[in-house]
Amino acid sequence: MNPPPFSIDPWTGGAILGMAISTYACRAGGYWLFSKIKPSPFLRAVLAYIPGTLFVSFVLPALVSGGWPTAAGAVVTLLIMLRTRSFPLSMLGGTATVWTIWALH
Amino acid sequence: MTATQVVFTRHGMMRGVRAALPMVFGTIPFSLVTGIAAQYAGLSALEQILMSASVFGGAAQLLALGSWTTPASIVTATLAAFTINLRLVLMGPVLGPWLDKLKGWPVWGSLFLLVDQNWGLALRELNAGGRDAGFMFGSGLAMWLQWVIFSAIGHAAGATLQLPPGHPLFFCSLAVFICLLAGQWRDLRDLLPWAVAALVAIATAQLWPGSVYYIVAGALAGSLTGAIRDTWRT
Repeated sequence: MNPPPFSIDPWTGGAILGMAISTYACRAGGYWLFSKIKPSPFLRAVLAYIPGTLFVSFVLPALVSGGWPTAAGAVVTLLIMLRTRSFPLSMLGGTATVWTIWALH
Repeated sequence: MTATQVVFTRHGMMRGVRAALPMVFGTIPFSLVTGIAAQYAGLSALEQILMSASVFGGAAQLLALGSWTTPASIVTATLAAFTINLRLVLMGPVLGPWLDKLKGWPVWGSLFLLVDQNWGLALRELNAGGRDAGFMFGSGLAMWLQWVIFSAIGHAAGATLQLPPGHPLFFCSLAVFICLLAGQWRDLRDLLPWAVAALVAIATAQLWPGSVYYIVAGALAGSLTGAIRDTWRT
């Protein structure tokens, strides 16, 4: 089932290349472009809202389809994050919650 | 001291490495989870290492790997990476006071190593009057090395564990995004765009299961709503 460790599938290689190029375009392209032109307030506002709305769009549908153990884990993760601001602690707490529910079933 | 004097030294890089250490260690679980997700998606060890080294974006990689198909969809993966990294477009220009004074590889190399965490560090250093732009490169490099090494370890661990689908450990990647989400809340102005994003994303996910386009649809709908409202007011 596992591919050989040093194999590269052409489609996977292409997808990785596409991801690398589009990511670098964001990193360097923003600096390059906005040193040439001034972004309009509207464009600036759109870009500033992207991270939050993007993470919402990832998390909420996953909660809807994941059922209540996932929702319970999400609440625990969020509470620990808001209280401690610690990435590792929040992930640990949330995953432990889901794992416990899973194990008890 | 003239405010325009910007340097790029080894000493500055080392200071950046030291400043980044807490974040380097704090994001190790994130790296491990991404490696495990890559193994689960069917990537070979080499493919995983190439992805981590060249993309160097945890959220983008997790998102793409969560909807990975065989054969891989180049369009879906590229679009996922582009959308999630659009936030980086605004980060580079903010570091202009340093970058504008440099030339060649220090500029383009520093931008390659730009991630949320070292951007925050570099911005603080810049605002505190720091004149050594090597700080930005060093802090990014430390994050990059940890990322490549620990996602490779995660991949190896995934190959050993052989987790079944639906295993609770896969909740880790959702937890990553919940943590990122918690850090994005600014004030009540975010409520409407976030609600629109949630509704559009959920509706699109129901109508078009098994694709990542619901994330793009939700993010665009929410951001446009917020921007239109804000520009309307002023």
